[in-house]
Amino acid sequence: MTADRSRLPDVGPDPQFTFPIIVRHTLENGLKVRTVEHPSVPVISFIVQVDGGSGSDPSPHEGLAAVVADMIDEGTGSLSALDVSDALARIGADYDVDVGADVTMFGLTTLIRFADRGASLLASLVTRPSMREDDFGRVRQLRLDRLRQLKDLAPAVAERAFLRLLYGAHPYGHLPIGNDRSLREIALPHVVDFHESLYRPDRSTLVVAGAMSHREMLDVVRDAFGSWTVTQRDASVSPAVVDASVDGHARLAIVARDGAAQSELRIGQLAARRNTPDYPALLLMNAVLGGQFVSRVNLKLREEKGYTYGARTGFDWRRGVAPFVLQASVHTAATADAIKDALGEIEGMTSSRPPSDDELMLARASLTRGYPRNFETAQQVARGVAQLALYDLPDTYFEEFIPKVNAVTADDVMAATRRHLDPGKLTSLIVGDHAVVGDSLATLGLGTPEMLPSES
Amino acid sequence: MTDIDLPFVKRTLSNGLDVIVHEDHHVPIVAVNLWYHVGSKNERPGRTGFAHLFEHLMFEGSEHHNAGYFPPLQRAGALLNGSTNTDRTNYWEVVPTSAVDLALWMESDRMGYLLPALTRHRFETQRDVVLNERRQNYENRPFGLALVAILASLFPPEHPYHWLTIGAAEDIRAMQFEDVQEFFRTYYHPANASLVLAGDIDAARGFDLAEEYFGDIPAGPKPTAVQADVVLANEHRLTLEDRVELPRIYMAWHSPAMFAADDAEMDLLADLLATGKTSRLYRTLVYDLRIAVDVSAYQSSREIGSFFLLAVTAAPGHPLGEVASVIDKELQAVVDEGPTESELERSMAQAEAHFVYRLQTVGGFGGKSDQLNAYNVLRRDPAYFAADLGRYRAATRQTVRAAGKTYLRFDRRVVLGVVPRGQQSLSVPGAELVSVS
Repeated sequence: MTADRSRLPDVGPDPQFTFPIIVRHTLENGLKVRTVEHPSVPVISFIVQVDGGSGSDPSPHEGLAAVVADMIDEGTGSLSALDVSDALARIGADYDVDVGADVTMFGLTTLIRFADRGASLLASLVTRPSMREDDFGRVRQLRLDRLRQLKDLAPAVAERAFLRLLYGAHPYGHLPIGNDRSLREIALPHVVDFHESLYRPDRSTLVVAGAMSHREMLDVVRDAFGSWTVTQRDASVSPAVVDASVDGHARLAIVARDGAAQSELRIGQLAARRNTPDYPALLLMNAVLGGQFVSRVNLKLREEKGYTYGARTGFDWRRGVAPFVLQASVHTAATADAIKDALGEIEGMTSSRPPSDDELMLARASLTRGYPRNFETAQQVARGVAQLALYDLPDTYFEEFIPKVNAVTADDVMAATRRHLDPGKLTSLIVGDHAVVGDSLATLGLGTPEMLPSES
Repeated sequence: MTDIDLPFVKRTLSNGLDVIVHEDHHVPIVAVNLWYHVGSKNERPGRTGFAHLFEHLMFEGSEHHNAGYFPPLQRAGALLNGSTNTDRTNYWEVVPTSAVDLALWMESDRMGYLLPALTRHRFETQRDVVLNERRQNYENRPFGLALVAILASLFPPEHPYHWLTIGAAEDIRAMQFEDVQEFFRTYYHPANASLVLAGDIDAARGFDLAEEYFGDIPAGPKPTAVQADVVLANEHRLTLEDRVELPRIYMAWHSPAMFAADDAEMDLLADLLATGKTSRLYRTLVYDLRIAVDVSAYQSSREIGSFFLLAVTAAPGHPLGEVASVIDKELQAVVDEGPTESELERSMAQAEAHFVYRLQTVGGFGGKSDQLNAYNVLRRDPAYFAADLGRYRAATRQTVRAAGKTYLRFDRRVVLGVVPRGQQSLSVPGAELVSVS
């Protein structure tokens, strides 16, 4: 049989998929546990999610949560930092740490035959880290050196300056790594205090996904985490206050980077919380505007104009009000034109250019039809379930996602967009060669750009 | 030890297209993975960047779907991408089971019918996009040009690994539309391609669909294999100035080709030297002496000859010469004594686990479909999975030591210091200042 090339083949009905079943347990010490059976490959994935991330950094110790997280694998019990690294390698473990604005996550994935060893090592690290002075000095110095290196990276410079512009002094207004001054002020007692205040079983969630039964997984984690106890003391550090003002006005700022080959752009504003009922509508809006290769922003800036290798938009979700941000790295000569086009696309999305039927169909399909592929590996499943815990979403969330997205209309998208985005409040930031782009910026009508230092 | 395997069925269509199907029905998705055996090694000096540019042009439309490649597939819920390296170009889609036909229709149309839809305008726009990509990922990124300097020193100008896959900026600017068309005619056809379907699909149906969509595309010429031998006669010492805060030293050596004898040993050596806090270089330079902030090492396995690359970023106040002498001491120790039994066990545990982890996904970069194509195209043996793991299991203290002794020679390597502008004094002694773009 030869293919019919007169038209594209039809796509059949969506295949049936059974989303993972989450079983909840609570250990006697208050630790919330969620298990998911994932039988495909002999692998198991654990995630410990501690309530408190960079948003809990007590001023003036910005960067503290990340230092604490870094100290977790620097030794426990009789194991030195080197012994821990060796023990992880011997079970082929994939260990990773993610310090977010609201929570800190420790992930460990290993082969199923090392499930017990992996769980008990992870428990020992998170609950009984050694916190030695010598290790602390090294870890802090490496973070200071890293901070220095980040000055060379235009995207990192942009991210730091943009958070500060949007959030000001709010706890969300800094990167998890903190800054040079704050890191130098942090001492080991601050680290110990933060750990004792926030790393508690009654404020943490443990997610396990792997090729085992719920019962077996529960036994593994009870053995490993059952002895974790709440320190009987008043917490001196608490999870972040999440409120943030969404006020703002259209403005332009620049971090000068002499001789830069490209301008790194950020355009956005504070928009919405992750648990807003508008979430599905905002996801669709983002898919139409800039979340995908075929979205309006990339088609305009890359495919039509050739200004950039890629432009995209997205929400950096948090429990509190999260930013909506457009980002692109553009050819220096095209800086002002690219900003003009980008602002025009965002503006259109809130007023004159509602999603067409075709755009909405494509956005919906790309969010829903590909959804099952997010459940292929144990690690993906564990991360998905950890997100539910983070944002207090129901266990039925996965199976409800597709119908909810499919129910959103073009009017719903426009209404949600107008509720959360306001072109009159967009902040535009350039990290680039001021001497070259400076004059062209007058055409934007955003006034004289605010000059920001390239701080660290 | 874990017994793991990657089963498949293979057939070759009459036009020479290899078709491989791997069944995995856990999730209702199918990975479509197509490799063309063409990369930047098939280019010529002064005419570089073609293979990578094609990776862009292949998403711009073909004769029977003369519009963007993404929309129909995304409407079906697909995830898709492509990549180019020195040796091959891969294109892949991960689609719901219901959209396999669509993905194969699209892939086959751009294989058989790309040129009628390739306009001068599309070519020129994508040429600009690539120049932006080069600025973003190389020119405007700290240490982004280090590899350009290393490759240029490690391989002579006529060697196919002398240039970066993305190409030289002046070559990209000078590309002619007609040359681009000719490049497609030479390399993009069934006789030079390999298709893997992995996931929720029966083998019989997979072969039927492959025949239906690709069966009538003419085979095309089989390109001649690129070959090139190379040795370094001595040590090259170079300095490059860059917009960086902390200086970094790179060392590079020629090493055995992908899958050749000692390739796995070089991989294990990289692990032993620079993976984790207990690795020799991390432990000495970062943990004990604290004269460096990070270390990395890898065996960059390639089809006609590999290179082994080591990189260490110095801590503030420590010139690269000081760092280099400690690195050399550690290298000498590995070459003299090899790894300890305990170190080798640790590396093996990691290697085995990573072979299992690779079996978790059907698609994307490094998933099972990509793995099968790598074995089929570069090894001509899709059944190589178990033997591939076997190479690591067979390594001993002696074979690792011997590989280090043969390849990591001080008198045949490239040493590059990348330093902040105006601070050449921080580089390694005796280095020549070079400039690349």
